[in-house]
Amino acid sequence: MADSFDEMNGWGGSDPRAAYGEIRRWLDETPPEILQTRHAQAELLFRRTGITFSVYGDAEGAERLIPFDVVPRVLTAAEWNRLEQGLVQRVEALNLLLADLYGGQEIIKAGVIPPELVTGNPQYQLAVAGHVPPQGVFVHIAGIDLVRTGPDDFYVLEDNARTPSGVSYMLENREMMLRLFPELLQRAQVAPVETYPDLLLETLRSVSPDGADGDAGIVVLTPGPHNSAFYEHSFLADKMGVELVEGADLFVRDDRVFMRTTEGPRRVDVIYRRIDDAYLDPLFFRPDSTLGVPGLLTAYLAGNVAIANAVGTGVADDKAMYSYMPEIIRFYMGREPLLANVPTWRCREAEHLSYVLDHLPELVVKEVDGSGGYGMLVGPHATKAQIAGFAAKLRAAPEKFIAQPTLALSTCPTLSDGRIQPRHVDLRPFVLTGAKGVKVVPGGLTRVALAPGSLVVNSSQGGGTKDTWVSG
Amino acid sequence: MPMLSRTAANLFWTGRYIERADFVCRLVDATARLASLPSTYGGDPTAWTGALASAGVADAFADTGLEPSELNITPFLTIGAANPSSIRNCLERARGNARAVRTALTREAWESLNGAWHEVERFTGPRLSRARAGELVEMVRRAVLAFDGSAHRTMLRDDAYWFLQLGAAMERADNTARLLDVKYHLLLPRDEAVGGSLDYFQWATILRTVSALTAYRWVYRDTVKPWLVADLLIFNTQMPRSLASCYGEIVELLDHLGEGSGRRGPAHRVAGSVQLGLEGTDIDQVFASGLHEFINRFLADNNQLGAAVAEQFLF
Amino acid sequence: MRIRVHHATTYDYQHPAEGVVQALRVTPSGYDGQRVIHWRVDVDVDGVLRERRDAFGNCLHIFSADQPVKSLTLRVTGEAEVRETAGVVSGALEPFPPQIFLRTTALTAADEAIRAWAQATEQGEPLARLHALMGRLHDKMAFDTTATNVATPAAEAFTHKRGVCQDYAHIFVAAARFLGIPARYVSGHLARPETDAQDAAHAWAEAFVPDLGWIAFDAANGVCASDSYLRIAVGLDYLDAAPTRGARRGGGEERLSVSVTARDAGLQRQD
Repeated sequence: MADSFDEMNGWGGSDPRAAYGEIRRWLDETPPEILQTRHAQAELLFRRTGITFSVYGDAEGAERLIPFDVVPRVLTAAEWNRLEQGLVQRVEALNLLLADLYGGQEIIKAGVIPPELVTGNPQYQLAVAGHVPPQGVFVHIAGIDLVRTGPDDFYVLEDNARTPSGVSYMLENREMMLRLFPELLQRAQVAPVETYPDLLLETLRSVSPDGADGDAGIVVLTPGPHNSAFYEHSFLADKMGVELVEGADLFVRDDRVFMRTTEGPRRVDVIYRRIDDAYLDPLFFRPDSTLGVPGLLTAYLAGNVAIANAVGTGVADDKAMYSYMPEIIRFYMGREPLLANVPTWRCREAEHLSYVLDHLPELVVKEVDGSGGYGMLVGPHATKAQIAGFAAKLRAAPEKFIAQPTLALSTCPTLSDGRIQPRHVDLRPFVLTGAKGVKVVPGGLTRVALAPGSLVVNSSQGGGTKDTWVSG
Repeated sequence: MPMLSRTAANLFWTGRYIERADFVCRLVDATARLASLPSTYGGDPTAWTGALASAGVADAFADTGLEPSELNITPFLTIGAANPSSIRNCLERARGNARAVRTALTREAWESLNGAWHEVERFTGPRLSRARAGELVEMVRRAVLAFDGSAHRTMLRDDAYWFLQLGAAMERADNTARLLDVKYHLLLPRDEAVGGSLDYFQWATILRTVSALTAYRWVYRDTVKPWLVADLLIFNTQMPRSLASCYGEIVELLDHLGEGSGRRGPAHRVAGSVQLGLEGTDIDQVFASGLHEFINRFLADNNQLGAAVAEQFLF
Repeated sequence: MRIRVHHATTYDYQHPAEGVVQALRVTPSGYDGQRVIHWRVDVDVDGVLRERRDAFGNCLHIFSADQPVKSLTLRVTGEAEVRETAGVVSGALEPFPPQIFLRTTALTAADEAIRAWAQATEQGEPLARLHALMGRLHDKMAFDTTATNVATPAAEAFTHKRGVCQDYAHIFVAAARFLGIPARYVSGHLARPETDAQDAAHAWAEAFVPDLGWIAFDAANGVCASDSYLRIAVGLDYLDAAPTRGARRGGGEERLSVSVTARDAGLQRQD
């Protein structure tokens, strides 16, 4: 792993890469103790504000901070422009794919993707087959996970088309940096991200169903304070100036959605939901769900409410579907993909499976519908016993897994044990799609694996975050 | 602007629990003082059991099977997990309600509450020395003041603010009435030899529990007399914890809540009639018809108002 | 056979329940072997009743009550003409390709035991295998209305070797899918000669056989569906085709009573 590309120092050498000139100077000038003090200050502020998340399986009520690193990750404007075009192209393709899969399924008829990826995928929601959501948008908010292996080598690691989270950290991290190091931001000419809530609101408003009153009723639907991302839900509702509702605050009458207010029912036109499909409506999905709204789906199918993201988008961000993204982009856009995919072996295919089984120690193996870094095998870091155990799982249900080469993720200078050390990072930009097109705020959430050499950046597995700068 | 009913309910309960935490703080403080007096000066070994009754948690304590001593009651009232009204539980519930509707509070108001909750977490039982309990009480009282101050200085005067205050005012009325209910026998007109002059310290304790010992002197310019204590706590409109003050505030808050829509509902009717009842009587009539009966009627009315608020605003 | 159905479902709540919403799949649709003569759905409290097609092509009614209700009765009456087709179901609305019905669900997941048992069915043409599966299941299981409930998964009922028509159908579907044969759950009515009202409707399964199409198997009775079987709704499992799925706020405990009669209307006229 020693040969990772470093965001600041490139492949080594004495001069920092252009984007990091200011950062390098700042790190050279600032004693680590000062950085450590600032770091402690940041943690205190985060905790007092309640910017916390809960970890599944943790002691009840435990609220943790996502570790914040004070050294920012920097992209040049030129790098960002390239990424942005690729992101827009990819998310446009995702929306076209979903419209097709829930419509005429031309891509299957054309033989580009195998039908089992759809028919057999529980994320393909039969209940909404044939339904066109308001203004035709499926993925209103996408989080595309990118990794970097060299100066010009960016890969998409994963598409998140259901309810991607983390955008509140992108915004709060910037606020924190502005508070801790205002001069540094000014010197580095960092593009602002604070427009995100406005863009999100505009996106949601643009997909109001036809016939909604001029003043669209927009809400954020949360599973409640016990959810790990509750802070983010309340943060976004607050920044957009819309109500944060739980399922029980809404009801459906005559195919229309209302919220209960102190002055009686008020119409709801757009729901930014942070609840999985399975819990949205106990009459159609899991009958034991108490988080959803009974009858919501009928209002949706009647075209009277927009749900963001649309019901059933999970079929598009499945990792087996991911492996076909280059073909999918070519099919719908008639162009080559601007952002590369990581080469992926589909274990459902016999040849791929046997290759994977032969090369487990050097591969990363993931569940096709897994997330959060759970249930995956990182070959180079696994013990013999872990590899043998995983091989058995693979043989039992190969269609549930894909495998990828272990990428040498780039590293970024990070404050660790009181010193600046290289740590692996990824990047999740947030891409918004409304009736009038696709928008991306410059930057995203940089996640950092805090343990030396670790490649797992997920916050549920001890990863941290950094502010992400598009500079110059 | 109409407000989500659940948000209104969460704010109402945030207000109530913060107020209750504050009341229990003062109760613990005043009781510790009373219990520490030598018995020849009115020191009352049963002071702590009385405190349990005033906080309305005598049954909850009995359920623990513990001996009713200061050693057991102090932690029960302050950090007791089994006590729904322990200071710690009140703060936890206030914070839980506030967290669910964070966006309805200002950052300042939320942070003062969240900060207090994190501090209370540091006080762990099962034992709690009198000094530690004192620290806890002091900390929470300051936090409540900080919360009130932030709310006062930073919140918009809209429904969110009125619901928060409504919860607090109704809880305050309830606490004062409950205190009177437990101590009413000490406040009966003299002549009867219910106690001796040693009851002075009991009366002072009641006044301390509602932070009104000094206020009493300013209002009556007299030594502490039990019927005047009752008068202060029930009728005096200058004294913020009196029943009359609380209901004056409640009626005003409900008017604010009705302003936008012009709607009037059961909560307006119940609160108005309670206030009229308080205005149309005085302490002599109360003693004539029975202090105990009066207080019981008031507690029932206040409960009824709670139900009417829930009904009207669809909690 | 001309089948006449009376189906009444009553919910009694301990306290008035708010926000009562019901999804009802109680109205049959036509196919080559089935023609609906007349059909009515009535609810005894005020509210909105809307009819639509669900994703599987079933007739779905959504009812939402206007006010809190203490009790609610849903009454379904109707008549349909069913022709003997030796179990073949053709001409039904089929929005999905048969492969969709290879999907597994929580209620129809085949565990180790069901898989081993399905595997042991003699090899052969799909139709023969399905008949064998039905016969073996009919022999293996005992009909028992107390052993399971509507939420019991196939695997659990199979372990206990007991259950009702719903469990037979789930196990049959699970086994057929495991053998690579698309299969689905059917809810409906079985016209019975006895005059007593039943406390539940009937359920069976359909499996897809190339060249023949969908064939209806009733493992609980060990026969293919005849002209006594009135087909109402299909889906991946019970939850997709359940006669009623409801939600409410508050209301405390619920008492449910169901009374179903399905009879040969021709016979009755001769009484």
